[in-house]
Amino acid sequence: MSLSFGKSESLRDAYGRALLELGEKDPRLVVMDADLAGSTRTVLFGQKYPDRFFDVGVMEPTMMSIAAGLALQGRTVFASTFAVFAAGQAYNFVRQSICYNHANVKIVATHGGLLVGADGGTHQIVEDIGLMRGLPGMTVIVPADGPSTRAATFAVAEHEGPAYVRLTRENLPTVTDGTFRIGKAAELRSGSDLTIVAVGALVARALEVAEELSGIGISTRVLDLASVKPFDAPALLKAARETGAILVLEEHSVLTGVGALVAATTSENYPVPVRRVGVPDLFGESGEPWALLDRFGMSKERIREEAWELLRGRGKVQ
Amino acid sequence: MTYAAQSGHPGGSLSVTDILTALVFHELRIDPARLDWPDRDRLVLSKGHASPALYAALSLRGFLPREELASFRQFGSRLQGHVDRAKLPCIEASTGCLGQGIGMAVGMALDARLRGSAYRTYAVIGDGECQAGPTWEALMAGGHYRLANLVVILDRNGLETDGPTESIMGIEPIGDKFRAFRYHTLEIDGHSFPAILDALAEAKRTTTGPTAIVAKTVKGKGVSFMEGKHQYHGKPPNREEAERALRELGTELGRPA
Repeated sequence: MSLSFGKSESLRDAYGRALLELGEKDPRLVVMDADLAGSTRTVLFGQKYPDRFFDVGVMEPTMMSIAAGLALQGRTVFASTFAVFAAGQAYNFVRQSICYNHANVKIVATHGGLLVGADGGTHQIVEDIGLMRGLPGMTVIVPADGPSTRAATFAVAEHEGPAYVRLTRENLPTVTDGTFRIGKAAELRSGSDLTIVAVGALVARALEVAEELSGIGISTRVLDLASVKPFDAPALLKAARETGAILVLEEHSVLTGVGALVAATTSENYPVPVRRVGVPDLFGESGEPWALLDRFGMSKERIREEAWELLRGRGKVQ
Repeated sequence: MTYAAQSGHPGGSLSVTDILTALVFHELRIDPARLDWPDRDRLVLSKGHASPALYAALSLRGFLPREELASFRQFGSRLQGHVDRAKLPCIEASTGCLGQGIGMAVGMALDARLRGSAYRTYAVIGDGECQAGPTWEALMAGGHYRLANLVVILDRNGLETDGPTESIMGIEPIGDKFRAFRYHTLEIDGHSFPAILDALAEAKRTTTGPTAIVAKTVKGKGVSFMEGKHQYHGKPPNREEAERALRELGTELGRPA
């Protein structure tokens, strides 16, 4: 009942390498960072294209304004820092300088969620997807692995308008085929009894639980909802119609994240039972990254229990 | 405009009017017929609440019809309460929430440098805005990159919403602060056209880094009962006040600019 995934890979490295290719393709592309270039891997771009790389130091809000000023002159600008600074510290600068101005800035935020680990709750932002999703005109992407991070980086570069891409610090196993399209969900596993919708680091756990359930004859569909905004409503509603219940997994606050999005969308269009596994209304804390996911309610046991609850409601299990 | 809208910011619009007039009519290389001219000079009104002054100047310069000024702050208008480039394309950057305009201007100045364009970028900021941390982040960046194509003009009218800047959260000595941030700094009378134009000319001759112009102004300039009164920061005049104000400014109600 164990799955073997593709190799584990750093999403940040995939991003940094994708930037190198983009920098070669588009000589006007500019990359910015706020004193975390080694961690976000924009350093790779900076080494190859020093003239088009601006590490502005610890001024995340103003990095967003400078990025907007550059982008309004017809440039594609990538701006990176940790998610807590990009979405938290700089929120109103992302809102006004970038989104209100329709500036073509791609914010690629690393270190989203609890998997930041030892740094603790100050740095583990679990509200960023909600904050960014609420901004008019903002595209929001949460890739699940290295190959889809690479594809998402190219996709947002191609897309005209602001985007927020949330990456995780930890290496993640390869679970997708490396294709990604804005607005499209990836069906990673077909199934008819239950759907698990997941994003980011929890997509692998969704696949593991689906595999376990297949051992007792339960057929579980797994949707990777990496494109959180715009999201693939047809795929979601098709899953609701065909499987009758949806479990959502996200390393983010359940109050404002993907679970809230799925629950609202189904209840307005095709109501089915939806359960949300994610971070409760709490700040994180220091700890071993993967153990933190377990401690904050995203363990595989918990996922199994929630799946069981939904299956029992549908009369699929006792 | 603020009377017609019965909202808006007359005080800080009147204090910055001479500065914007000098920029829009003399300094900026801009052309109403070529909004997307790549080498046009860029103006960022970081104190976006002074929008009436900029709309009026741009209108007289041919960027928008004068009749449109009456739509200021009305639903469906291109003349938003705070300047909005998505609605009004001759605006270079939407502003309003303070402390963001200089950063965008720095981005524009960097763009000019990267592509070897001679265009210059002007950021007009308010003095209350100098209390905002990101104003100093952005000033630091302009100084660090030695952006000689960037000019920051401070409308130093001395008053913010709740009262005098120096009693609320003092920003002095502001000139020294700009100097410490590597700006060639000039302190002038912001209601003297020769002084404004001289300062702008000196900024152009300054090739080692950015220039900051501290323009000493009077809030509510030109309207006796508004001058020096913080109460008119965000409060429009009533009918009687509007009539009196326009009489003092040599025009009358209902007559476009």
